[in-house]
Amino acid sequence: MYDFEFKPFEDMTPEDYATVGFMSGLEVHQQLLTKSKLFCRCPAGRYSREYHAEILRHMRPTLSELGEYDGTALMEFKTQKNIIYRVNKETVCTYEMDDTPPFMMDDEALDIALEISMLSDLTLVDEVHIARKQYLDGSIPTGFQRTAICGIHGGVPYRDRRISMIQLGIEEDSCREISDIGHFRIYNTDRLGMPLIELVTGPDMRTPQEVEEVGQLLRKMMRTTGRVRRGIGATRADTNVSVTGGTRIEIKGVPKVGMMPLLTYNEAQRQWNLLRLREELKRRGITEETFTTADADVTRILKRTRFTPIADAMKEGKVAAAVKLDGWSNLLVWQTQDNTVFSREISDRVRVIACLTVLPNIIHSDSMSETLSGAEWKEIKTALNCTTDDTLVIVWGDTQDVETAVKEIIIRAREVTIGIPSETRQALRDGTTGFERILPGPQRMYPDTDLPPIRVTPERIERLRARMPSQYWDRLRRYNEWNVPSDAVEGLAISPLSPLFDEAVTDMGFDVTDAAVMLWRYPRRLRREGIPTETLNIEDLRRILIAVKEDKLTKDGVLYAIRRSVTRGFEDSALPPRLERKDLASFIEKAKQQVRYSKLHDKKNIPNLTLDRVMDEVRGRIPGAHVAEEVEAYFAKEVTA
Amino acid sequence: MSEKDTYKGYKGDALAAMKKFGIRVWSDAVLTTDEDSFEGIILPRSETADGDHIVIKMATGYNVGLRVDRVLDAKEIGYKEAHYKIPEKAFPYDPKKQRIVLFGTGGTIASRLDYRTGAVIPAFTPGELYGSVPELADLCNLETEKLFGVFSENMGPEEYMKLADRIGEEIRKGVRGIVVGHGTDTMHHTAAALSFMVQNSPVPIVMVGSQRSSDRPSSDAALNLIHSVKTAVDCDIAEVMVCMFGPTSDEYGLLHRGTRVRKMHSSYRSTFRTIGDIPLAMVNREGFTYLRDDYSKRRNDRDVQVSTVFDDRIGILYYYPNMKPDMMDMMVDNGYKGIIIAGTGLGHVNKPLYPALQRAKDAGVAVYMTVQTLWGYVQMYVYETGREMMDLGVIPLENMLPEAAYIKLGWALGRTDDLAEVRDIMLTPINGETTPREPYNGYLIFQGGIPEVDEFVGTIRR
Repeated sequence: MYDFEFKPFEDMTPEDYATVGFMSGLEVHQQLLTKSKLFCRCPAGRYSREYHAEILRHMRPTLSELGEYDGTALMEFKTQKNIIYRVNKETVCTYEMDDTPPFMMDDEALDIALEISMLSDLTLVDEVHIARKQYLDGSIPTGFQRTAICGIHGGVPYRDRRISMIQLGIEEDSCREISDIGHFRIYNTDRLGMPLIELVTGPDMRTPQEVEEVGQLLRKMMRTTGRVRRGIGATRADTNVSVTGGTRIEIKGVPKVGMMPLLTYNEAQRQWNLLRLREELKRRGITEETFTTADADVTRILKRTRFTPIADAMKEGKVAAAVKLDGWSNLLVWQTQDNTVFSREISDRVRVIACLTVLPNIIHSDSMSETLSGAEWKEIKTALNCTTDDTLVIVWGDTQDVETAVKEIIIRAREVTIGIPSETRQALRDGTTGFERILPGPQRMYPDTDLPPIRVTPERIERLRARMPSQYWDRLRRYNEWNVPSDAVEGLAISPLSPLFDEAVTDMGFDVTDAAVMLWRYPRRLRREGIPTETLNIEDLRRILIAVKEDKLTKDGVLYAIRRSVTRGFEDSALPPRLERKDLASFIEKAKQQVRYSKLHDKKNIPNLTLDRVMDEVRGRIPGAHVAEEVEAYFAKEVTA
Repeated sequence: MSEKDTYKGYKGDALAAMKKFGIRVWSDAVLTTDEDSFEGIILPRSETADGDHIVIKMATGYNVGLRVDRVLDAKEIGYKEAHYKIPEKAFPYDPKKQRIVLFGTGGTIASRLDYRTGAVIPAFTPGELYGSVPELADLCNLETEKLFGVFSENMGPEEYMKLADRIGEEIRKGVRGIVVGHGTDTMHHTAAALSFMVQNSPVPIVMVGSQRSSDRPSSDAALNLIHSVKTAVDCDIAEVMVCMFGPTSDEYGLLHRGTRVRKMHSSYRSTFRTIGDIPLAMVNREGFTYLRDDYSKRRNDRDVQVSTVFDDRIGILYYYPNMKPDMMDMMVDNGYKGIIIAGTGLGHVNKPLYPALQRAKDAGVAVYMTVQTLWGYVQMYVYETGREMMDLGVIPLENMLPEAAYIKLGWALGRTDDLAEVRDIMLTPINGETTPREPYNGYLIFQGGIPEVDEFVGTIRR
């Protein structure tokens, strides 16, 4: 069954993915556009690397609701990390630092979460219960994330089918890691506590390309509310991937939807190739039962090695150990992902679990690159009774870390004989994934005793339903039917101005293209000038459209009117009266005088400069084309005269 | 199982529906509502919550509440009762290690969740402690005794006396040190009570608690416990102390003298502070940094003096502008024998209270003055009002903290009714409750925002 070999990314077909049983689901994280953080009154969305103080903490595993220590929890505790939080006094208060109990959940955030739940066709819960989800990596100073389910069992249309939505949760965002070196991990806390939703799909995507498309679809659906944050890190996704015989693996924090195809391809490939490796071991007679290893301290042998990483460690009085994997000859270079081999799996574990963070942190006898001398290899092999069938892994560092590392190397190798270990993996820049931590189970969830449940009243649901945008996919269909200019279809469909656009076309009788120019192209231009579309006042825009319709404002005056409305609003009563062609002469005369006074190198520019000045005076009061014609006629006359 | 347990915390319509559908707490059930169906384990409900919702824990681990009037049907498909238990492992005995006794009074030093109330309840056997803080076994042979299971606000004279008696017994048996687990809210009251009731102790008596309950990974409980046991085993200071976080970071604990310590923040880890003086020492896993040398040293004898008396007809009157004399009259009329006034500034109340002070004096009530500024001395000579009050029988208590004064007055009145003797007891310091001088660094409340303070705060781990 594992005969199939992965082809290069570009050559994989949907049939190939069906062969390996590719399944993937998404957990899309989206920050919400609120004034405050979720459980305290700190301002939301203010990011800075500047910090004013540092706080040091450690995380200890605790008991779950069902009375057991979670496996991951103990694993993390093994790593004994000193966690340092950098605190900025403007963005972080004593709540985020776990020195003050939570305040009530931000109402605005819960509203948006419920609204997006309804867009995703989820069944809303009647009472929101806040839970604590344990994170012992220190990414949240309390050691847990406050999180709550808003709705379950939903779905969105995709191609000719429906992608199921398992649930939508509302939660506080975590810290951003600055560095993780040895036993010290440093976090920036500016993002901590930001309101976030997590929308979880079923494992319904069948190819890496579908993962990206569904990711985009959900992102855009959420954007239609106009109440979600944008920009780097505001939308992130975890991607779950499995293949037949594999395990659901979570790839954490994919920053760009566009990276999903390659990442999911590589993860599927990794699982598949690890299963093929298991077959190879079986062929060699190595199973979970027959798996054997040996290990020894090899500090003495390597005391005078010339291999720099170990030599440096020896100078600092550190130790080295060797692990023999019986019968594993050449298997540490077994390909797992693109440009990645099995030894990386071991190196990753040693890095994370044993805190040996300086790379390389292991070497092995399957490697072609030059490390130890032949004599040193020979001496270690003799010490451990190696045959040519075996493979050696060498690790070095502080005594305790090396002890942990030796255990971890054996654990990881043994796991191959069983299957794919449950873990979360990080998305790497080259499209491969790296070990992050063991996947925690539902045992890490327990109720938050600091906050009471929140009742979701029918009144609240009604209020939110009334403000809900029409569905993104319905808008797309409609705009295509209306022949909206193709460059504007998607943008308009996710724009907060979409309802106004619909109104302009259906109620006010605007030409579709004119409406698209005024409500898509102009706002886009303004956004490039630094005026986000979200800050435009819809009522002002509506009044501007009405003024155009009532002929109080020309179409080419709209952009100017919108720009002006950002700071001063818009009232049609404040508009100067419309002008006729015959009114222009005095404006042209005046403008020409002003232009003449300036020192010009090239007299040919005078008509154009005059036109600019006249336009500044009369914009919106008479079509620009008329002005241009009049100015042209004026100068033509002048030349003739 | 009683009906109460079967439907833990449920009432009203929710309870009726559960009975109707034959589901109970810990049922693995499918609930069908008007629009969907939910599967999960029925959880107990908080007793303070409404009777309109049923709470289930779904397979994902999340809990949700369903409005019971929407539930059309419910079926039990299984039953999974949770037994929440800290893994109990026998605390290992090592003949080379010293014996430490840990008294439990309640509080959150070691605790577990209670589903019915959603509250945190204590768990305290040596086995449970070893299960959650195995490091303790490296320090000592630990014995524990749960004296009470009360929250700190319910600690009172009876508990103080029982605790003091048991400490005395253990010291006479030759224990190496005592640790007292205590809720933090009134830890300084109990610390003061033990300071007066257990005198001349040859060993450390260490009070400890936690500001973040031990059911959370960031809890200060484990480290506080390690610090306090370390202190009981190895520290040279044979006094009643409070051992809690120095900074909010996991760096070191402070050992505060039991009569000078006070909880100063409702939620910070570093909430305990020595007021008007400096702490006795710093402690971490490795050892101690002694900050002063005028402490009572550890001894090898067992000569402890225990005096467990307390008259609880006493109270603290926290003065505020415009206080009416009837506030004090009420206490006198109700038979209070002693009043600690927490006065403004150097120790003042307004003139309209004078008749009430006179009544108190006439009724033989002992009235003492402390300062609500907490830092600084009572000085009743500076202003005439002070002198007038002393004429009315108010006795200034130097720099004794109001809470320590309250405890000491109860203890003093427990020993004698003679007001002159009470006065002698009150004005003779037993263990630092009044000090002859306030060192310049005994009052340090840095003001954030000032550039040099912010610079300092930026360079240390708070």
